[in-house]
Amino acid sequence: MKRSRIPLIVAVICFVFLYLPIIVLVINSFNGSRFGSVWGGFSLKWYARLFSDREVWFSLRNTLIIAVSATALSVVLGTLAAFALHRYKTRLQVLHYTLIYTPLVVPDILMGMSLLLLFVSVAMPLGLFTILLAHVTFCISYVAMVVLARLQDFDWSLMMAASDLGAGPWTSFRRVLLPLIMPGIVSGGLLAFTLSLDDFVITFFVAGPGSATLPIQIYSMIRHGSPPMINALSTLLLVFTFTMVWTSQRLMRRTT
Amino acid sequence: MREWLTSLPSFIWLTILFVIPTVLVFAVALKPADPFGGVGAGWTLDTFRDLGDPNYPAIVWRTLWMSVVATAVCLAAALPFAYYIARSDERLRPVLLMAVVIPFWTNFLIRIFAWKVLLHPEGLVKRLLVSFHLVSPDVSLMYNEGAVLMVLIYTYLPFAVLPIYAASEKFDFRLIEAARDLGCRKWRAFYSVFLPGISRGLWTAALVVFVPALGSYVIPDIMGGPASEMIGNKIAQRVFVDRNLPHASALSALLTIVVVLPMIVYLLRRGTGESGKHPVVEAGP
Repeated sequence: MKRSRIPLIVAVICFVFLYLPIIVLVINSFNGSRFGSVWGGFSLKWYARLFSDREVWFSLRNTLIIAVSATALSVVLGTLAAFALHRYKTRLQVLHYTLIYTPLVVPDILMGMSLLLLFVSVAMPLGLFTILLAHVTFCISYVAMVVLARLQDFDWSLMMAASDLGAGPWTSFRRVLLPLIMPGIVSGGLLAFTLSLDDFVITFFVAGPGSATLPIQIYSMIRHGSPPMINALSTLLLVFTFTMVWTSQRLMRRTT
Repeated sequence: MREWLTSLPSFIWLTILFVIPTVLVFAVALKPADPFGGVGAGWTLDTFRDLGDPNYPAIVWRTLWMSVVATAVCLAAALPFAYYIARSDERLRPVLLMAVVIPFWTNFLIRIFAWKVLLHPEGLVKRLLVSFHLVSPDVSLMYNEGAVLMVLIYTYLPFAVLPIYAASEKFDFRLIEAARDLGCRKWRAFYSVFLPGISRGLWTAALVVFVPALGSYVIPDIMGGPASEMIGNKIAQRVFVDRNLPHASALSALLTIVVVLPMIVYLLRRGTGESGKHPVVEAGP
């Protein structure tokens, strides 16, 4: 049977559409000329300028502090939640599931706005701490969903086997369950880390003076000039993202 | 007992930082603004009366139609795209899928910026179009609804591809062959066998493009001009420009209602059973 060529053609167009802007950006980051449409020779000067920009380093520091702590907190909270959701089929868990699932489908701007109102109404000064609270809030749901998916593949009779062989509940948890669902926890954590690293809208609403994160820095660079430097920064972030995605895909494939 | 121990931490966290703030949006919308950018005492309906401002219906309408168009284009492109990936060689599939996921994991602002560079008056697309005499040199490709729409589609296309791919991959393609053997024509087999078979994926794709599109703020902010603003821009302006939190809350309340409606439709259409996975969860990192 002859298959239609339309899917192939659309797929090619879609890939060109998805990658063309990114490729142009990467090429331009090595462009000596300030203007994207003229090739001013190969140059690394935008990278040099980027590395000597103190604001960029400062915002990178903020971003990493928040991403690491938000990941740690949300992995603990999200994993616990996933256990509860998986283990108990009570009415409380139906409510719990709704509470975990809803933030996934709420537009960022609404979450940013509502958190801002909360912090304003309890007179909490905006800064790194409020950003952290906000990031943990949206990361919990993603971690819980990823770990839950992993738990659904877990064979609970292994736990019974462990206890038949004389393992206490803590030992069988630590020696049987935890190692088997670890890939889920790790990929949930990676997801939380990436989302925290990338978030702009929610952060923008709850950030205060001196707490600019990297995305906020990028936004202000986009609004107020210095395009070639953003090209260089984008290229570095692209390399980072690519490595992250590739590593975690390898990790997931080896363990499943 | 153990159930409480494992459920309570996330339960309490999300109640304080998600449920209460959402209720606050509706409460603050009924408060007057004070001149210092805070929230005044007492209750009022003034903020909702301000929404009667003749500018707003136009903005709400624009937000709706731009989201509908973006969703329609994303679905139309994602359907053959996902179909192609699902039918390609098994060894090729993870590679193709990763190629879809990578732009999706690229920082959101950077993807918007990449388009700004391309559509810029000095940018590549503009120069190409001018050199082929397709547009006149003084036409601006940016700061209009078309540019906003283009970047909306660019941003949300991977969101649409993933759930449709997940559904197509589970679809039994022998059903199409069976339909063809029974004398069904190609297109007929496509829309009466394949489409109903992946309907859940289609609904999820529509939801995960439509809802974030409704709440767009950065894309129209960077790519658009005053004539292509969406509700999100107005919320941000009330917060960051005139610091009128009750007004911003009223707009957010309006947006919440606009967002909840398609979600209810989705839940009713999807029926009960396992919940659709969110594409971000599905994509890994």
